[in-house]
Amino acid sequence: MYAVNYHRAASVADAAKLMKSGDAKLLSGGMTLIPAMKTRLAAPSDLVDLSRIKDLQGVKVSGKTVTIGAATTHHDVANDEKLRKACPALAHLASLIGDPAVRHKGTIGGSVANNDPAADYPAALLALGATIVTNKREIAAAKFFTGLFETALKDGEIITAVSFTAPARAAYEKFRNPASRYAIVGVFVAKGKDGVSVAVTGAGDEGVFRSKEIEAALAKNFAASALEGLKVPAKNLMTDIHASAEYRASLIAVMAKRAVAAASA
Amino acid sequence: MSDVSFVVNGKRVSGAAEDRTLLVHFLRENLGLTGTHVGCDTSQCGACVVHVDGRAVKSCSMLAVQASGSTVVTIEGLANGADLHPVQAAFKEHHGLQCGFCTPGMIMTATDMIARHPEGLDEATVRTELEGNICRCTGYHNIVKAILAASKTMAKASKGKAKQAA
Repeated sequence: MYAVNYHRAASVADAAKLMKSGDAKLLSGGMTLIPAMKTRLAAPSDLVDLSRIKDLQGVKVSGKTVTIGAATTHHDVANDEKLRKACPALAHLASLIGDPAVRHKGTIGGSVANNDPAADYPAALLALGATIVTNKREIAAAKFFTGLFETALKDGEIITAVSFTAPARAAYEKFRNPASRYAIVGVFVAKGKDGVSVAVTGAGDEGVFRSKEIEAALAKNFAASALEGLKVPAKNLMTDIHASAEYRASLIAVMAKRAVAAASA
Repeated sequence: MSDVSFVVNGKRVSGAAEDRTLLVHFLRENLGLTGTHVGCDTSQCGACVVHVDGRAVKSCSMLAVQASGSTVVTIEGLANGADLHPVQAAFKEHHGLQCGFCTPGMIMTATDMIARHPEGLDEATVRTELEGNICRCTGYHNIVKAILAASKTMAKASKGKAKQAA
């Protein structure tokens, strides 16, 4: 790792100020950033640690509105009793990220800001029609995830929370790479007052995306059987050493069926 | 450089370290606590697991300065003098190790796992929870046995204590 200056932010305002030093990067759980710095894939001059800011931690559920602080760890999302009632699919998704030690450190804000094409949270936020709240504005998930590791965040902008309306039904199904545990394909299905939305992670050439074909089939009939024989196009899907675009296309349909079955159970 | 100051295994320690110093290196090189191992160095293997503020974390994926102000427990902090911690005793009894390199991380993960599951553990849960710890010798079987046995011993001990208190 190259030399770096560490700053512990006392508040979001303090963090915004500290971000003006050199080529600074925000540090939350560090489960991606620290390994990336160790391999010199990232080399910020300064790190601004958000993880001790109390205002950024915790889950709030008020009626159907769920708000999750950006520095809430995957462990705390997975085990929050209020969230397990309001949106068990999201709590379950958090319990599938990495391993227990990673979930103790990694945060929802960090995962969303990093927008790894195989990360789990982007699929959930896109399917839930979530809002990403920053220290400057509110951004709809549909406009937030803009490409591989790319988001609508401006330099120095800080995610403070994500919020969404709890769906009537939802589920997440993930086909994991057996070694890395990352999604080769992950499908989040949500059925709310605005209809059915289906978001796919791990597979898209440009990162997370919504599957219009699956949404159309489920809008008519929200049942796994509605997806029998449905062909997901392999165009714009990733091919790598783990899976071809065609295999991923097939997995999307299978994971979507499992997710609908789980959401209906 | 930053001043790093935390409580390790019940003792307050402090020292200067470069901001880029990883927690595992601070523990091993500055404090001489070499029980915590560096295995893969890419946050996969879990040989470096320690507890920070009561939670199991990978000390190779955390800066020492991030832990400043925290309470840290390493493998050296588990035994009570010559008396092994129940998880250590169970690993010995059930032969939950061969070369021993992964063992400190396995034991720190196991104690965290047992604490998070006061209702008790079953084999499937133990195997899932061990996802972040890799062992290249044992095939995991005896590690799982040891953790299940320790979980039972510790549940009995805490019930015994509750009875004494009552």
